[in-house]
Amino acid sequence: MSENTRTFAGPGAHARRSMRKLLTSVILYAAVILVIAPFMFVFLWMFLSSFKTGVQQTAYPPVFIFKPTLNNYFEVFQRVPFVSYAVNSVIVSVSATVLGLVFGLPAAYSIARWKQSRLAVAILVSRMVPWISFLLPWYLLFSAFGMVDTYPALILTHLIITMPMIIWLMIAFFEDVPTELEDAALIDGCSRLGVLLRIAAPLASPGIVASSILVVIYSWNNFIFSLILAGRKTMTLPVAVYGFMSYQEMNWGGITAAATLITLPVLVLAFVIQRHLIKGLALGGVKA
Amino acid sequence: MSAPDTPPSFALGVESLRKRRGLLESFLAFCDRRAAVLFPAPAVLLLLLLMVFPSLFNIYMSLHEWFAASAARPEFVGLKNFAELFLQDENFTDSIWRTFYFTAFAVITEMILGLAIALLLNRELKGHRIIRTLFMLPMMATPTAMALIWVLMYNPTLGVLNFLLGLLRVPPQEWLSNLHLVIPALALVDIWQYTPFVALILLAGLATIPVEPLESARIDGASPWQVLWHIILPLLRPTMMVAALFRIIDTLKTFDTIYVMTQGGPGRASQTINLLAFQTAFDYFHIGYAAALSLSLIVLVFMISGVLIRFRRQAE
Repeated sequence: MSENTRTFAGPGAHARRSMRKLLTSVILYAAVILVIAPFMFVFLWMFLSSFKTGVQQTAYPPVFIFKPTLNNYFEVFQRVPFVSYAVNSVIVSVSATVLGLVFGLPAAYSIARWKQSRLAVAILVSRMVPWISFLLPWYLLFSAFGMVDTYPALILTHLIITMPMIIWLMIAFFEDVPTELEDAALIDGCSRLGVLLRIAAPLASPGIVASSILVVIYSWNNFIFSLILAGRKTMTLPVAVYGFMSYQEMNWGGITAAATLITLPVLVLAFVIQRHLIKGLALGGVKA
Repeated sequence: MSAPDTPPSFALGVESLRKRRGLLESFLAFCDRRAAVLFPAPAVLLLLLLMVFPSLFNIYMSLHEWFAASAARPEFVGLKNFAELFLQDENFTDSIWRTFYFTAFAVITEMILGLAIALLLNRELKGHRIIRTLFMLPMMATPTAMALIWVLMYNPTLGVLNFLLGLLRVPPQEWLSNLHLVIPALALVDIWQYTPFVALILLAGLATIPVEPLESARIDGASPWQVLWHIILPLLRPTMMVAALFRIIDTLKTFDTIYVMTQGGPGRASQTINLLAFQTAFDYFHIGYAAALSLSLIVLVFMISGVLIRFRRQAE
């Protein structure tokens, strides 16, 4: 049908059709950009504000084009021990993630291989419970043992973020590992632990990398545990940046610079694992 | 000592080596026989230690009159905390309604916008991966940091939001200091963070919808709206239920954003159950009462997810 019309119509019709096609795709992409814009604007505003002087910060109408300054960033590093907060954040989130893998991978493997669906449900339920209900008992226990403001207390509590999430995501990745290979290895005398470490884990390594990064991000972002259980020594970045608010009057330059510094690694990591992130988010939606 | 599943080829191997490795092997063999129990055991023990034990402790605390600040020992009072909570405490009932209002406002908007965005993106677009990644950034970025940026943008006198609204001839708003606007304003932050989440899940759901019914409907002359309403939405309903379930559970528990932006204020206008429980525990050190509050929040979350899961089963 369309073949016919094309032959009957002159060359002008062809050009017109491709014009219309171009126009639809221009409208389509314009719509996509229009939809993305509000979601990106908050980041843009954070980024812009972090390069403004105090005067530009409070200017009204707000300025979009100005001569940028790096002073806010210098100030962040000079006024507070920002680097040691960042080190604390790294220590806590990486340790909680590594421990989460050590505890979580065998459990995920077991749930995937032996169809332990009741255990899977228990993991899911554990992610629905609001954290506030653990926080109070933990706080009392950790104070009783003098463990408030120590790394072990923070890392243990962050395991609540990392381990169930790792298990939940890795079940799906382990289910994708073909059992034939594992059976062959078992017949050759490999132990189950060997099968997990030498066959299943390497084959599921993209999943391990993706869920580890996702979980590092969630641990990095956590605010409520550190707010109560961290102190001067172990304070992590989200609490530190919140502290900026109460330091004198609002120092928006410092706040936006610190916010940019905290968020930047997360955004970079999100780009690194973008492909797996979509699957991971769809699987493990509940961030608890 | 000798592992039952040791293959013959191995048994023929060097005898001394075998003896030295005997202990390790018998351990591994034991692991193999009990693997289905041993593999998940460490994780389960950790869950018991970190979650079940605190929850039991929480129940214990909720049955006691207990102020952390005073030296007095906890005193058993039975269900008094719960009775007070449900029968007398207006702050509690108010905070429940606020939590529902916040959750409904945020999740309903997220579902509608998320569906619209998913339908827009559900086609072959150049750079679709980069588009999706950009969409994921709001939910990955540190909520505390983002909440502070929103405080800056909401500023009534010099904030950029009032400026942008001014361009549309909308009068400036008080946002976070307006009693009636504070919850929608906080919900807007949640909408900003999680509409892309809904959109991405629905996009994954749209990808599984078969093409044939859509095409035959189009050939039969159905309008795009009819196709959407009578074919796409019914097929997408299970996915929409999942997305809504995830969002409702999470939104009920929102803490970081509200705590950073308003601390439950102005007055108590944005004090949700989570905030109320936190402040009862860590501002007033009223431990027994806070435990009763957080147990109520757990029950609420489980009740709502139970209802939704049953509802979903019926829909399927």
